[in-house]
Amino acid sequence: MDVSQYLEIFIDETKEHLQTLSDQFMVIEQEPENMDAVNEIFRAAHSLKGMAGTMGFKRMQRLTHDMENVFQEIRSENMKVSPELVDVLFRGLDALEAYLAEVLETATEGEEDNEEICNTLNSIAAKATGKGGDAAPAPAAPAPAPAESSAPAESSTESSTSSAGGSAKAKYLDIPIADADRTTFDKAKDSGQNIFGITVYLQDSCILKAARAFLVFKALEELGEVFRAVPSVQDIEDEKFESDFSLIYLTSESQQKVKQVIESVSEIKEAIVGPVGEEAKAEEEKAPEAEKKEEPKKAENAPAASQAAAKAAPKKAKEEKKPAAKAAKPAVGRTVRVDIEKLDVLMNLVSELIIAKNGIVSISTSDASINDSGLNEQIEYLESVTTNLHESVMKVRMVPIESVVNIFPRMIRDLSKKLGKKMELHMSGEETELDRTVIDEIGDPLQHLLRNSADHGLEENDERIALGNEEVGNIYLDAYQEGNNVTIEVRDDGAGINIEKVRQKAIDKGTISEEQAAIMSDKEIIDLLFRPSFSTAEKITDVSGRGVGLDVVKTKIEGLGGSIECKTEIGEGSSFIIRLPVTLAIIQALMVEIGKEKYAIPLGSIETIEDVPFDDVKLVQMKEVINLRGTVIPLIRLDRLLEVEPGDFEPESLTVVIVRKGDRQAGLVVDNLNGQQEIVIKPIGEYIHCSKLISGATILGNGDIALILEANTLV
Amino acid sequence: MEDINDIQNLNVVGEGKQYIVVRLGNEQYGIDIKYVDNIVRQQRITRIPSAQHYFKGVINLRGEVIPVMSLRLKFGLEPDEYTNATRIIIIKPESQAAIGIIVDEVKEVVTLSLDEIEKPNTADSNDVQIQYLSGIGKHGDGLVTLLNISSVINEKESA
Repeated sequence: MDVSQYLEIFIDETKEHLQTLSDQFMVIEQEPENMDAVNEIFRAAHSLKGMAGTMGFKRMQRLTHDMENVFQEIRSENMKVSPELVDVLFRGLDALEAYLAEVLETATEGEEDNEEICNTLNSIAAKATGKGGDAAPAPAAPAPAPAESSAPAESSTESSTSSAGGSAKAKYLDIPIADADRTTFDKAKDSGQNIFGITVYLQDSCILKAARAFLVFKALEELGEVFRAVPSVQDIEDEKFESDFSLIYLTSESQQKVKQVIESVSEIKEAIVGPVGEEAKAEEEKAPEAEKKEEPKKAENAPAASQAAAKAAPKKAKEEKKPAAKAAKPAVGRTVRVDIEKLDVLMNLVSELIIAKNGIVSISTSDASINDSGLNEQIEYLESVTTNLHESVMKVRMVPIESVVNIFPRMIRDLSKKLGKKMELHMSGEETELDRTVIDEIGDPLQHLLRNSADHGLEENDERIALGNEEVGNIYLDAYQEGNNVTIEVRDDGAGINIEKVRQKAIDKGTISEEQAAIMSDKEIIDLLFRPSFSTAEKITDVSGRGVGLDVVKTKIEGLGGSIECKTEIGEGSSFIIRLPVTLAIIQALMVEIGKEKYAIPLGSIETIEDVPFDDVKLVQMKEVINLRGTVIPLIRLDRLLEVEPGDFEPESLTVVIVRKGDRQAGLVVDNLNGQQEIVIKPIGEYIHCSKLISGATILGNGDIALILEANTLV
Repeated sequence: MEDINDIQNLNVVGEGKQYIVVRLGNEQYGIDIKYVDNIVRQQRITRIPSAQHYFKGVINLRGEVIPVMSLRLKFGLEPDEYTNATRIIIIKPESQAAIGIIVDEVKEVVTLSLDEIEKPNTADSNDVQIQYLSGIGKHGDGLVTLLNISSVINEKESA
């Protein structure tokens, strides 16, 4: 069965579970006694295991299984959460994330076994069971053991039974047989029935395992009697088993026939049928040879089983490597999870739209005399519906920033360990929403800024104490909406940026000359940090400080239509403030006319609009400037820049739109203002190599196209 | 380019291909019909500043902004004179965005079998514009220059 159709769901849900794990790991690190967190982790690990198993990702399954085991022990209070355990768990989490990344890329989980993590987990779990010997269920606990045999640690406990039984795959041999059972067997034998042990392996890709198992039972019950099942029939019905289950079965049919009946059920990988009880031992000698003949596949197992059982388990794992390896590249689409309520709102609006349409239809067919007022009313109604519709559709694209920032607590924790600094991350405004396209891109820059704060922003712990601050450094990540923008602030309470040091560094590096440095304001100096390959870190760590950094952050954020600035105060800390448009697809813009052409200037970058008399335009170094309330602002003649045919009329004054980027301003000279409008940004496409000035186009109410001027590139 | 042509030829063994025949000045050009998404009348084109000279600008095609190229300017002919017959052919290549090309007139759709198509003489490489051609089709008593659409729309400015 092809599971590729479930891949997307798998990926989505796995991400959620991994996030839960990450969050809860953080919790138990702080409060090792928190049983709610432990339970939560157990559940998440369990679901992950199940999902990975369903999809045929054996390695993932194994790792989560081992995690689950450890938490099983914690739950039953055989052990406590220790810092070492948390470290291993985090490593395990990273490994799981790596698997997921691999799945995203190739639809397979890759070849990495993460043997070491599994072993560590197992030894921790084993220690717990050993230590709490009396309380713990005996290692050779009868029923569950065979069902979970994939972990190497367990296989060693199992080995006592299974190696005696011959093939490791014939798990039915592990089913305990009580004396009372033997009498039943004897009776059955007397009446001419055979007693078989059966182990049924379902295909790795099997989805409805319980249903398949049911079919097997049904088929078997037609021919005889299922005496015992491991796991129990109830568990099998509830799908509480891995990919196999074992039975003891009484029938008058032959071994061959039973095998054939089971394997006729679809999605059964293999059924191993053999005698049980004393006969099993006698059969054992013959078994390898007999099996070799009838099924070469099994031959591989027989010799393996004769070796140490511990070795057999990894071998089995390897054997099962192949599932889905050939599955086509998934090309997992970009999806947005939409709140059902948002969809309901959309649906309602669409029905209203239909009502509005019907209203208009009825007017057009009715008497001409009442048309006027009725039509207007309907048009107004239609207008309000479309506006709402539009808003709702945009909302569907919005994703809370949480999906990006929730990896950060973990990251800061790791950094804290790595750098040997105590620090804490405080986040607020995770629910702030941004357009999906922005969300996808914003992760890396934020991560970079946080690393920066952790590495350079915060001082060493002893330095902090020496300065009279509390030892633990604080990093803040605040997000909030401000009009059409979302502001994200990354702040630390460290030493702040030493402006003199930056100034000196800039001179040393030749970025600026000494004369320039002398006249540059502090703000301008700080802006130097955003220049390519400019890092002031005195020591380069592998956390940050390689000189590729803030400039990349800046480019990325500007690419998203946003801006970044830095504020710093010696001794108080520094903060990086990112402003991003709420959505990329729709913006508020000022419509202007230049000659006969219409352009849109995003409102976000506009500061003011001024009427400037001709006489106020001055020339400085052959460039036109105006002096606006004490600030000298360069003028940009858009008509010349855009090669627009000049209009015929000569105005008495210039209409100047003052745009700002950071703390720089420029005045754009336009011919006419056409008011503010909400515009939908459309890309122009890859064919036309137009200048950077044009960031896109939009379609106006009358069907005309207006180009959008990218004010950022003008300033 | 050769490969593409070969593949295209494989598809049409025995049947022939359909081309839309358009007029540009006195010449007839054929555009493989599989690329053609739509043919629209000449409409208001919004100029894009400092674009390549043969791009006239963008049009609004049912809510989509589509760039429009002048074949005349691209081929170094006289600039377009818009008449009632002027059309914009919307081309939709497989994995690329749509693009419009302006032609003087759309004449007809013809089916050309393989033996009616002559390969362009690649030896004659002095002619810069040979790269825009995929062959010469013989239709009735006229000749149709078959355009290699992907090189027409993708190629960087030549002259």
